[in-house]
Amino acid sequence: MRNIKETGLDQRGAVQGLSARRKAYNLGMRAIIYVAAVLVVALLVFLLGYILYRGLPNLSWEFLTSEESVVRDIQGIGPAILNTVYVIVATLIVVLPLGVGAAIYLTEYATNHKLVAAIEFATETLAGIPSIIYALVGVLVFAESLALGKTLIAGAFTLVIMVLPTVIRTTQESLKTVPQAYREGSLGLGSGKWHMIRTVVLPSSIDGIVTGCILAIGRIVGESAVLLYTVGMSMQMQDFFRNGLESFFSASGSTLSVALYVYAKVRADFDLAFSVAVVLIIITLVINLAASLAGRKLKK
Amino acid sequence: MNKQSLPNSPAESVQKDSRRKGKAGGTRPLESVMRTIFFICGFIAIAFVLVITIYLIISGLPAIREIGLVNFLFGEEWASTAKEPKFGILPMILTSIYGTAGAIVIGVPIGFLMAVFLSKVAPRKVAAVVRPVVDLLAGIPSIVYGLVGLMVLVPFIRETFNTAAGESLLAAIVVLAIMILPSIISVSETALNAVPKEYEEASLALGATDIETYFRVSAPAAKSGIAAAVVLGVGRAIGEAMAIMMVAGNVANMPSLLSSVRFLTTGIAVELAYSSGLQRQALFSIGLVLFLFIMCINVILNVFLKRDKEG
Repeated sequence: MRNIKETGLDQRGAVQGLSARRKAYNLGMRAIIYVAAVLVVALLVFLLGYILYRGLPNLSWEFLTSEESVVRDIQGIGPAILNTVYVIVATLIVVLPLGVGAAIYLTEYATNHKLVAAIEFATETLAGIPSIIYALVGVLVFAESLALGKTLIAGAFTLVIMVLPTVIRTTQESLKTVPQAYREGSLGLGSGKWHMIRTVVLPSSIDGIVTGCILAIGRIVGESAVLLYTVGMSMQMQDFFRNGLESFFSASGSTLSVALYVYAKVRADFDLAFSVAVVLIIITLVINLAASLAGRKLKK
Repeated sequence: MNKQSLPNSPAESVQKDSRRKGKAGGTRPLESVMRTIFFICGFIAIAFVLVITIYLIISGLPAIREIGLVNFLFGEEWASTAKEPKFGILPMILTSIYGTAGAIVIGVPIGFLMAVFLSKVAPRKVAAVVRPVVDLLAGIPSIVYGLVGLMVLVPFIRETFNTAAGESLLAAIVVLAIMILPSIISVSETALNAVPKEYEEASLALGATDIETYFRVSAPAAKSGIAAAVVLGVGRAIGEAMAIMMVAGNVANMPSLLSSVRFLTTGIAVELAYSSGLQRQALFSIGLVLFLFIMCINVILNVFLKRDKEG
């Protein structure tokens, strides 16, 4: 990768013998590489710095945990954080078995090339569809055709389709790294195929499944279009614990990303919007760290 | 790629094993039940694509039929709530194309140069610090970009160009360019890193300088990966809705750099919450048009990625 530097050639010495045109080319191209790099780094620093600068002052424990109340003049994103967690849990409960199952089928069972190619093409297609199309489909299929209405469950089902490719792909990658000898050993000792998958293949690829989960959570946290139209933008607390599962099918509420949209575009309360942005960036940071940790374990 | 990799895949060889073993695996009822369950899981991705396609076509076609395909695609006016509503999406199609092209023109050169920097020029320690930050940028929700664009870029454009509102195509292009940067950087960097060492060593040994090697040997060798990065960027840019909804102004004008514009995506997003009747059906038709755009891009992307893997 860094072979050129490692060759030990003195590049400056090499440049000296060049024609004027080549010298100019070298200098010019090197300059624009550095300009681009400085530009991108400056942009990164500015973006993160600006968001933190605007968002941190309003961030407090109270803001994170309380429900907003006009009467008591309290702003809070407690319900939004809870809603985000609910949507993540509901989506993962459905998408994990589906995605892992699909990956198992693709790597362990499927022998028909055409079918595998078709499934992989479908997965690629799902990964490329923009979220606003998913929002349309969510409204059409889940909210209207299946009469779920604007509810957390309609949003979760829509997100299942959206993050399915992520889960399938990461699981598939890690299933492929399970040594063939493990499978042969298990089958040779007389276990059936499902027994082999359950006791040998899945335990050795758990890291990949965890990575898939983390990436899926990242997409769900960042999603706003789908949730805005399928779950709605209520900022009130959903009382699941008192009303039980039934309310999950009838409740609507905003997640963090949708709350940011509500603050910025509906209420023009930009300081609070930036505070939500800070929370989102911290979550993204944690997710990235977790994913790279899981990925590193996977490599070992 | 699939056909080449499959003969070595676990499924294939294990399949042979279990066949040789004969009935031990086959007769257990649980085995065949699980096999069926996994097959259904595998098939479900295809089912989802079919459902999405069919639903979009069924709900998208009636409005197109009522409005007329030519009027719909090439009508220059979108007035969905007027007394005599007009549903021409040409302004949105053009805005989406111009916006995406603008984002690519700005984002790709910078992203590519940054990839060259990270892959070849930067000291290892610098690259190790910058790379995770680029990844962080990729993970930040799009709505956050929209917010920063709205608070920084929009006032800047308003004051610099003395326009009534800074919400414009220009603002959307800049936001999109920034949003596609991380994916362009990481895909191009992966492609550049995959260039065989021998190519670069041969170039250096023949007397080319390091810079000449990067641009005349490494980049051409990685060109299908870089092309994939561009197509991926196009897909991202054309499909983005929430971020540009916050900075583009959302009036369905014919696109010009400093005026308020509406993209295909924002065309759906703006009216989806309150529309009804023909207006609502027309939104699904926009969705259908957008879906066709995206499908074309996906097919092109697949071609590039396949070519890349086959070398």
